[in-house]
Amino acid sequence: MPDEKPVLLRVRGVGRRYAGVTALAGIDADVRGGEVLAIVGENGAGKSTLLKILSGVVQPSDGSLEVADASGALRAVELDGVRGATKAGIALVHQELNLAENLDVAGSIYLGREPSRLGWMDTRRMRREARRWLDLVGLDVDPSTPCGSLPIAQRQLVEIAKALSTESRILILDEPTSSLTHREADRLLEIMSALRARGVAVVFVSHHLDEVMRIADRVVVLRDGRKTGELARGEYDRAMVERLMVGRDIAPSMRRAANGAAPVRLRVEGLVSAHRRRAPMSFEVRAGEIVGLAGLVGAGRTEALEAIAGVSPHGGRVLVDGLEVTGGSSVRVRRGIAIVPEDRARNGLFLEDAVSVNMSLAWVDRSSRARLVDRRGERGLVARMIDRMQLRPPHPARRVQTLSGGNQQKSVIGRWLAIDPAVLLLDEPTRGVDVGARAEIHAEVRRLADAGSAVVFASSELEEVLLLADRILVMHEGTVAGELAAHEASEVAIMHLATGGSAAHGAKEHA
Amino acid sequence: MKKALGIIGIFAAIFIVACIFGENFLTGINLMQLTQRAALYSILALGASLVIVTGGIDLSIGSVVCLAGIMTPWLLVEHEWAPAQVIPTVLLMSAFIGLCHGLLVTRLRLQPFLVTLCGLLLYRGIARWMTGDQTQGFMGEFGEVRAIALTKFAIPGIENYRIPSTVIPMIVLAVLIGLFFSRTVWGRWLLATGRNESAARYSGVPTAWLVTMSYVACSLLAGFGGMLFIFDIGSAQPSDFGNFYELYAIAAAVLGGCSLRGGEISVIGVVVGAATLQVLRNTIILVGLSSQLEFAVIGAVLLVGVAADELIRRFNARRLERTGAAASA
Repeated sequence: MPDEKPVLLRVRGVGRRYAGVTALAGIDADVRGGEVLAIVGENGAGKSTLLKILSGVVQPSDGSLEVADASGALRAVELDGVRGATKAGIALVHQELNLAENLDVAGSIYLGREPSRLGWMDTRRMRREARRWLDLVGLDVDPSTPCGSLPIAQRQLVEIAKALSTESRILILDEPTSSLTHREADRLLEIMSALRARGVAVVFVSHHLDEVMRIADRVVVLRDGRKTGELARGEYDRAMVERLMVGRDIAPSMRRAANGAAPVRLRVEGLVSAHRRRAPMSFEVRAGEIVGLAGLVGAGRTEALEAIAGVSPHGGRVLVDGLEVTGGSSVRVRRGIAIVPEDRARNGLFLEDAVSVNMSLAWVDRSSRARLVDRRGERGLVARMIDRMQLRPPHPARRVQTLSGGNQQKSVIGRWLAIDPAVLLLDEPTRGVDVGARAEIHAEVRRLADAGSAVVFASSELEEVLLLADRILVMHEGTVAGELAAHEASEVAIMHLATGGSAAHGAKEHA
Repeated sequence: MKKALGIIGIFAAIFIVACIFGENFLTGINLMQLTQRAALYSILALGASLVIVTGGIDLSIGSVVCLAGIMTPWLLVEHEWAPAQVIPTVLLMSAFIGLCHGLLVTRLRLQPFLVTLCGLLLYRGIARWMTGDQTQGFMGEFGEVRAIALTKFAIPGIENYRIPSTVIPMIVLAVLIGLFFSRTVWGRWLLATGRNESAARYSGVPTAWLVTMSYVACSLLAGFGGMLFIFDIGSAQPSDFGNFYELYAIAAAVLGGCSLRGGEISVIGVVVGAATLQVLRNTIILVGLSSQLEFAVIGAVLLVGVAADELIRRFNARRLERTGAAASA
């Protein structure tokens, strides 16, 4: 009986081209009040583009949008900019939170439309009214709290309160749970249900199919910019959605049993990262082994990897091939420790520079004679790495900025594969990377390990951990809460340890 | 090279204007003096560009010029040191000043603007105090040392124009710095550090060391330039010698294609940029504009140049997006 629900927004044949490349084509969809509509698809499937069109950030190249007016009749609209969308009752909550950290909660909610009297801001009224919207999203904080002091989950709720405060009837959420813990995500889903009950149309994009399964009344699946399916609740199961998303079967696992006789290449003893003073962690990784660090956001995976790489200071010892390494990243890179950082735009890439510059940065040091760059050798190396990483397009002079996420990540990984590191650390190796590139990256990482390197990677995606890791270290509160061999690992066992369950219990119950 | 084309065009335009409207512009003596000034300011500008390429700035160049320049005759004449002692001492002191800047910026994480602003005040103050604010000069002596900056080399076949000796260190420095960036690992890494310091650090680039060394090189070149300046002019007052030289240096670097955001440099551009400013100063006087207008004209030219650069960049970016063509670096 979904037809009883009023259509608030109709998408008709919407498409968008960028520089001649089709990002989205021929999308039809109805967004109904009192319904949660999920949009799913791989990275690069066109989800973000669709959301941007719905929220007026980007104008469609083809097709049109129709928005219901007060009487419920649909009228074609052109949303020119976010302001136009707001006027039409559409509000977008971005994936990256956009709150000004120095403003208080009320100030953030009313940013740009502060209630005023005679030109002076009416702070008291603003806080009073903010209270109303905060109650609606179930956030119990004082409206005068600075946003910067709130945890991410609460900032997200402030964003949603802000969206609702514009009297929006259509709320669009872009990956709302991506940076939340499980419990926080549950809370958010409850709030989404509550909003649905109030007649709001909720549209959300998510990578977490579990969430989609739990809450969505209707799912639109995108692949390569086209709609491959629209399913109403009860008509679908997880496997069906996955097939529509991927259009093929998921790659088989690449993990293998560890070779106990292989030499230990990386040993970490009593590591305490300076960010968080927590219990020390110790582990070792053998040649040819890929170890996955699992755990919830904030469990200390990134801190551990950055400490080992020498990017941030730490206590405890790090040994490569039995010899201790100390000092900063430049010393450690020379000793063979390489890191692929989580935030590649900020810490990994030189966006305005060419692929060749990005890929040869570490190699030029290894191969230099008298500190002079071997320019002919460099050209050859870059050509080989582009080929090996299957970079697309395969142009060494192309600016990294213009590449897709997957190809950007390949540029960073290629930089390290060029110097055959003893230890490769990867932090979220395939975040923002599409499925095809992900498989290629996994294959290259596996090949590096097979050649005798030790690999440690951290991933928030359990699927990836289960797919790639030979051995899994589950982190909780800054240290290793438990270890799982490939054959005994499962999503349940990992989550048990990651949420503070005891190792013995976890192993017994879930092995 | 591509980055330098714009400034070469501006240089040519101003040069032509000077030729047409400037009385006595094309005389040998004027061009000789102009070459001398262009060479000296180029040395300062090359130093400034080394710091700018890291995303930093050095406002103390003029004061280091003053301190080094004033100390040279002060030690030679008042304290009767030998030239072989004075020159290394002054250069070492300049390098030490740069080292302090570098360490304050990289270790204490102070902002380059503040560190070198304090330097600007500090070194001039020291120079004035040291000398009792008295004019320092060579008293007509030390001709053999001053010859470093005063010698002119005749070109066979040309009568009125001879090449000043300061062109030699300028060219040597420009070539070395050019090779440093195009051929050495450190040059590559310095550019990478300027582009994205964090990514460079994650990639194993010793960013703190490289940035510190750029400040050392910048102050060293400022001190070296200061010495050449004083050899050239013979005497100077601590209160105004080197005033605003840092701005000429920074302006030359920016005109020459260095981005203040860091990560970009064109050595040819910087040298031509320094020359352009000197031709411009010369032209203002020769065409009969009031010399009080000098700063205003330079400011206006700089503004137009930088704005044009930004507009062209945006135009290119938009064209790129429209055609979807592959970007080439």
